[in-house]
Amino acid sequence: MRSIFSLADKNEKTNLVKRYRVGKVWHAVFFLSTAIGLVALVTLLLSIVNQSFGLMAVEYKVDPATLANRPLEELSDTELIDILKSNVSKIRLRTLEKEKPLEQRLHDELLELVNAQVVGQRIVNTWNLYDSIFRRSEIEAEAAKDYPNARLEFRAWLNWQFLKNTMSSQAQFAGIRTALLGSLNLILYTILFALPIGIGAAIYLEEYARKDLWFNRVIQTNIDNLAGVPSIVYGILGLAIFVRALQPLTSGALFGTPAENGRTILSAGLTMALLVLPIIIINAQEAIRAVPDTLRQASYGLGATKWQTIWSHVLPYALPGILTGTILAISRAIGETAPLILVGASTYITTDPSGPFSHFTALPIQIYNWTTRAQGEFRSIAAAAIIVLMTTLLMINASAILLRNRYSKKI
Amino acid sequence: MESRLLESQTTRIAGEDHLANGISTKLLRRPRVGETIIQSILLICGAISILTTLGIVYELGKESLLFFGREEVSLIEFLTKTTWQPVAGEFGVLPLVNATLMTSFFAMLVALPLGLSAAIYLSEYASPRARSILKPILEILAGVPTVVYGYFALTFMTPLLRSIFGADTVQIYNTMSAGLVMGIMILPLVSSMSEDALNAVPYSLREAAYGLGATRLETAIKVVVPAAFSGIVAAFIIGMSRAVGETMIVAIAAGSGPAFTFNPFRSAETMTGYIARISGGDLAYDTPDYNSIFAIGLLLFSITLVLNMLSRRAATHFREVYE
Repeated sequence: MRSIFSLADKNEKTNLVKRYRVGKVWHAVFFLSTAIGLVALVTLLLSIVNQSFGLMAVEYKVDPATLANRPLEELSDTELIDILKSNVSKIRLRTLEKEKPLEQRLHDELLELVNAQVVGQRIVNTWNLYDSIFRRSEIEAEAAKDYPNARLEFRAWLNWQFLKNTMSSQAQFAGIRTALLGSLNLILYTILFALPIGIGAAIYLEEYARKDLWFNRVIQTNIDNLAGVPSIVYGILGLAIFVRALQPLTSGALFGTPAENGRTILSAGLTMALLVLPIIIINAQEAIRAVPDTLRQASYGLGATKWQTIWSHVLPYALPGILTGTILAISRAIGETAPLILVGASTYITTDPSGPFSHFTALPIQIYNWTTRAQGEFRSIAAAAIIVLMTTLLMINASAILLRNRYSKKI
Repeated sequence: MESRLLESQTTRIAGEDHLANGISTKLLRRPRVGETIIQSILLICGAISILTTLGIVYELGKESLLFFGREEVSLIEFLTKTTWQPVAGEFGVLPLVNATLMTSFFAMLVALPLGLSAAIYLSEYASPRARSILKPILEILAGVPTVVYGYFALTFMTPLLRSIFGADTVQIYNTMSAGLVMGIMILPLVSSMSEDALNAVPYSLREAAYGLGATRLETAIKVVVPAAFSGIVAAFIIGMSRAVGETMIVAIAAGSGPAFTFNPFRSAETMTGYIARISGGDLAYDTPDYNSIFAIGLLLFSITLVLNMLSRRAATHFREVYE
C-alpha cells in the first residue's frame, strides 16, 4: 500500500515540474505575441523615417554654380528672371509669359521654373537613410560607375519646401500644401454635418425613445450594423447619391457657382459624415447613459422641462465623452482613403480649396498616388507625407485630449 | 354661526379648488410646441441612419439590377465563371472573391493566434504596469491609417518576402504581403475584443480552478478561454469582416488586374481593390464598369453584413451566459 502511494507521489512531483515548465514556455509565447505589436509599430515607423531621408544622385544640364555665385534659393525674383531671360530661348520665354507673366510669379514658382528650364535637375537614383549612412562608400562607387555625370546629394524629403509647395510632376518640387488644406477642409465639413446629427440621434435614442417600440430598436440595431460597413461601400453610396444624384446641389449649380461636376469637397464631406456618424452616435450614447439619473430628477424637481434638463444638465455632463467620440471620428476621417477615391478626389490639383464647391485632393490620396508610382523619389515623398499625416493625427488627438481634460475638471 | 363658518369654509375650499384646478390645467394642458418640435428634430437625426442603410441598399440594388440586366452579363456566370475581363465581356466574380479570401486568410493567420495570445497575456498574466505600456501601443497600431499600412506592405513586407523566398518566386505585388500586413492591422481589434471577453469571465471560475490545483496556464487555457469562447469567436468574425472590407492595403500591395490563382506570391486583385482601381479617375456613368462596382459592392456589403450579424449573435450568446 505504502509503496503505491509513494509511487503516485513521485509521479505527481515530476508531473508538476513538467506542468510548470510548460506553463513557463507558454507564458513566454503569450508575452512575445503581445510584444510583436510593439515590434510592428517600431518597424513601421522606422521604415517610414528610413525612406524619407537619404542620398540621391542628381544630374544637371547646367551646373547651378555657373549661374550665380550664391545658391539659387537665395537669389531675388529679378535675378531669377534675368537668369531665365539669358538662358531660355525667345520662343519658350514667350509661351511662359503667356501662361503667366514672369513678374507676377511667386519666388517658388520662379525657382521651379529656373530648375526645370535652365538647370535641368533630374534625379536618377535614390537611396534610403540606412544605406546612405552605413554603405556610403559602396553607394559612391556605384554612383560613379553608373551615373558618371550625376552628383550625390543628401536630401531630407521632409522639409519646409515640401509643406509649402503645391503639386508637381517632379518629386523634388512637389509639396503637400493643397493636400493638407484639402484634408483640413474636408474634416471641417465632416464634423459640421456629423456632430449635430450624431448628438441629436444619441439624445433621441437615450432620452426620448421608448425601448419597447420596434421602430427605436430598428434604429439601434441599424446604427450598430452601419459601424461595420466597409468604408468603400460608403464611397459607392457617396458616388451614387452626393456626386451623381445631388449634383446640382454638390456642384454648387443651385448657388450660381458651378463646378463642372459633383466631385467636390462638399460631396466628400457629406460622405465622410455618414461614415463617422455611427462612431459619434455610439460614443455620445455611452456618454449620455453615464450621466447619473439624480441629475435629471433634480432638474425635473425644480420644474424644468425635458429639453431644458437635457440642454443645461445632461449635455454639459456628457460633453467630455462626446468629445472623445468626436476625436475618434476625426482620426478615422483624416486617414480614410477609399471613399475619397470613389467620390473623385483628384490627384493633380495645384490651387488651394476655396470653398465647399471646389475640387480637392487630400493627404491620404496623395500618399496613395505617390506610393503607386515606380520611381524611388516618389516613394520618398510618400514617406514624408506619411510623417506629416501621422503628426497631424497625433496633434489632433493630443489637443482634443487636453481640451477634454480641461472640461472634465470644470464639472 | 357654525353653519356660516362651514359655509364660508366650503366656499373658501371651493375657491381654492377652483384656483388649484386653474393652475394645474395651465401646467398640464399647455401644449409645449417647442418641446415637440425639438423631439421631432431629434427623431429625424436618429432616422438619418436608417436612411443611410436604405440608401445603400437601394443604390446598390438598383445599379446591380442594371448591371445584371445587360445582355452580356448573367447572374449565374457572374457567380461561377473564373475570368473577369470586362473588355471581352466576361464577368465572373470568382477571381476577385478568391483574392479577397486569400488576403483575408493570411490576415487571420496573423491576427487570430497573435491576437488571442496577446489577449490571454494582457488579461491573465500581465502586471498592471505591463498592461499600461502594452495596451496603448496596440491602440496606436489600431489608429494608423490603412494607406500607411499599404505603404508598409509594399516597401517593407514585400522586399522582406522577396529576400526570404527569392525574387523569382515572389512578385512585386502579391496577396501574401498584403494579407500579412492586414493581419497586423486587425491584431489590435481581435486582441482588445477577446480581452474584453476574457475579463468578463467571473473570477470565481479562476479561483475554483486554482483551488483544484491547476497552474496558471491550465486555468487560462482549460477554464477561462472555453468560458469566453463565444466572445472570442465574435472577435474573430469581426476581424474577418474587417479584412474582407479593407481596401487600401490590397489596392497598393496586392496588385491590379484580376487573376484566378491560389499562389500567394502572385498578384491578384481583390473585390475592394477592383472597385478602387476602376473608380479612380473620371468614371463615366452607366457604363458596364460603373455598374459593376455596384454589383461587387453589393456582394461585399452582403458578406460583411452577414459576418457582423454572426458576430453580434455570438457576442449576445456570451453575454446571456455570464452577465
